Amino acid sequence: MTTSQTAMAQLNTGERALALIGGEATDANLRRYLHGIPGIDAVGLEQRAADLGTRSIKTSSKKWAIDRIISLIDLTTLEGADTPGKVKSLVGKALTPDAGDLSCPRVAAVCVYGDMVPHAVAALGPAHSAGTDAGVNVAAVATAFPSGRASLAIKLADVNDAVAAGADEIDMVIDRGAFLSGRFGQVYDEIVAVKQNCRRADGSFAHLKVILETGELGTYDNVRRASWLAILAGGEFIKTSTGKVPLAATLPVTLSMLEVVRDWHRLTGAKVGVKPAGGIRTSKDATKYLVTVAETVGEEWLTPGLFRFGASSLLNDVLMQRQKMTSGHYSGPDYVTMD
Amino acid sequence: MTRLAVPKTYKLYLGGKFPRSESGRVYEIRSHDGDFLANAAKASRKDARDAVVAARSALGGWAGATAYNRGQVLYRIAELLEGRRAQFVAEIVQSEGVSAAAASAQVDEAIDRWVWYAGWADKYLQVAGNANPVSGPYFNLSVPEPTGVVAIIAPQTGGSLLGLVSAVAPALVSGNTVVVVANETMPLSAISLGEVLATSDVPAGVVNILTGSPAEMAPWLASHADVNALDLVGAGDLDWIHLEIDAAETLTRVLQPENGPDAASPSLSRILAFTETKTIWHTKGLI
Repeated sequence: MTTSQTAMAQLNTGERALALIGGEATDANLRRYLHGIPGIDAVGLEQRAADLGTRSIKTSSKKWAIDRIISLIDLTTLEGADTPGKVKSLVGKALTPDAGDLSCPRVAAVCVYGDMVPHAVAALGPAHSAGTDAGVNVAAVATAFPSGRASLAIKLADVNDAVAAGADEIDMVIDRGAFLSGRFGQVYDEIVAVKQNCRRADGSFAHLKVILETGELGTYDNVRRASWLAILAGGEFIKTSTGKVPLAATLPVTLSMLEVVRDWHRLTGAKVGVKPAGGIRTSKDATKYLVTVAETVGEEWLTPGLFRFGASSLLNDVLMQRQKMTSGHYSGPDYVTMD
Repeated sequence: MTRLAVPKTYKLYLGGKFPRSESGRVYEIRSHDGDFLANAAKASRKDARDAVVAARSALGGWAGATAYNRGQVLYRIAELLEGRRAQFVAEIVQSEGVSAAAASAQVDEAIDRWVWYAGWADKYLQVAGNANPVSGPYFNLSVPEPTGVVAIIAPQTGGSLLGLVSAVAPALVSGNTVVVVANETMPLSAISLGEVLATSDVPAGVVNILTGSPAEMAPWLASHADVNALDLVGAGDLDWIHLEIDAAETLTRVLQPENGPDAASPSLSRILAFTETKTIWHTKGLI
C-alpha cells in the first residue's frame, strides 16, 4: 500500500467520502467532484471492449472459465408470476445445476424479490450461507425495484423486510430521476440510508449491491459518475441493470465500471465488486466478461465476493457447453432443465 | 476497354442470413471441365452447431403454422424457382457439364417436386392419421406430428439441385426444420436455392444450408443431442454405420443412405419418416 492508500484505509466510508469530495455530500460538492472526473473516450472504450471480446479461450482454459462462470452466477427469477414453488425449483437448480454431473459447481447466489426470501432460505436449508458467505447466498432486490419510484420510508421498509427474512445481499436501485436531474446528494443519502438498514439484528451487515440501471443513464460519462457516487456512498458492489429495461448489461458499460473499481482500488486499497446483469445469455458472452475483468482489475476479482453475473438463461447455455466438453458431442436444451 | 467480371461469393445460408463460415475457410468450386467457378464457404462444425440452433428456434413457428399455410409457403418456393430458372439452368450446365436441355429438365423436375410435396402438406395427416376403434366411449385418435430438427446429408451424386430438393422438401412438409449439408463438389445451386428461400415466405431458420465437407460435419450433426432426425441419403460414401451408432446415443431417428438415380425419389414414406405419432384419448358425448 502507498502512504495515501494507508491513510485512506484508516478512514471509515463516510470520512473517506468527505475527504475525497472535500466537504459534506451536498449536491454542489458532489457535482463539482463527479463532473471533475475525466470524461470517457466512448469510441476508445467500445474498441477496447470489442478487442477484449476477440480473445480465444479454448480447451483447458475454457473448462476453467465454464466452471468459474457457474460459480459466479446469481441465479435470478424476478417475475410478477414468481411462486414459492418456482423459487424452490430455482434453488434446486442453484444447488445442483447439472443433475447428470455432480462435479458441477454451485452458483454463488439466488436472486429473488423480497417477499420470496423466506421461501428461498427455507429451500436452501443447510446450504444457505446465512451471512457467512460459505454456502449459497440469498440476494433480494429491494427499494421499489425496478423503478425505484417510492418514498424513502417505503424503500427502507422494503430493505428491512428482506434483511429480517434472511437475505445475505440487497440489490438496491438508485433513483435515476434524481441522478439525471443533478440531485446527487439525494442519491448519495439514499444509498447511505439503505446501507444502514442492511444491518442485521446481530450487528452484522447484508452486502449491498447498487444497481445503476445504465440503460437509463444515457452516456458512459454518467455511468462513470454513478459508479463513483455509488462507491463513495459505500456500495460494496455496483451492478449494471435491473434487466427490466431494453438496454441491459453491455461489455463497454461493464468495462467502464471496472475502470472505476480499478481506480478506487488504487486510490484507497479497497475492493469493490461488479455485477453485470441482464442480456448475458451465452457462455461465449460470459467468457468475454471474464477476460475483461482479468485484464482490467486482475484475476483476483474473479471470485464470488467481487464479481457476479446476474442471469437466468445463461446457466443453461453454460451447462450445455460443459456437457459438450465432457461428452465430446453437442448437447441440447432437452438435457438441461426448463425454467 | 474490357469489363472486369464480377464473380459471385457463395456463402452459407443460416437462420435466414448469408454468413461466411465461422472458420473463415473457403474451397474452390470447379466446373465439370476443371475450370474455376467460384469460392464457396467451407463450413465448420461450429457453423453446423449454429445451424442447429437456428433450426431449433424456428421450429415452433413452422411446426405451429397451419398445414394449409405450410402448403402455400412450399408452393411459393416453386413459383420463385420458376422465375429464376435461367440462373439455375446456367449453374447446373456449368457445374455438372450437362446440356442446357438436361439442366432445364432437372430444374423442371425440381419445381414439380416442390409442388408435389406442397400438395401433401394438408393431406398427409388424413392419410397417415387414424381414428382407432377402442372398446369404450372414447375417441382414440392417432396423428402424426413433426419430429423436430432434421439434419440431412444431401445426395452427393446425380442432379445437384434435384437431389437437394428431394431431400429437403419432404422433411419440411410436416413442419420439421432442416439443416442440410449440400453436394460438396456442386454446391452452387444449393446456395442459389437459399437465395430463393430467403426471398420467399419461408421463415428464417426453417432451412439452413451448409456447404463444405460432409465427412467433416456429419459426425457432429449425428452426435448432436439437439438433432431429432438424421437423413443420411447422400452419406453412402461416408462411414455411415458409425454415424448411425452416434445418432442412436441420443435417440435420433435415422434414414439410411440411398444410391442410384432413384435416390430420395418422391414418396409419402419420406414425409412420414420425419413424423412421430401422437395418440389421444378423448371422451365421447359426456355433455
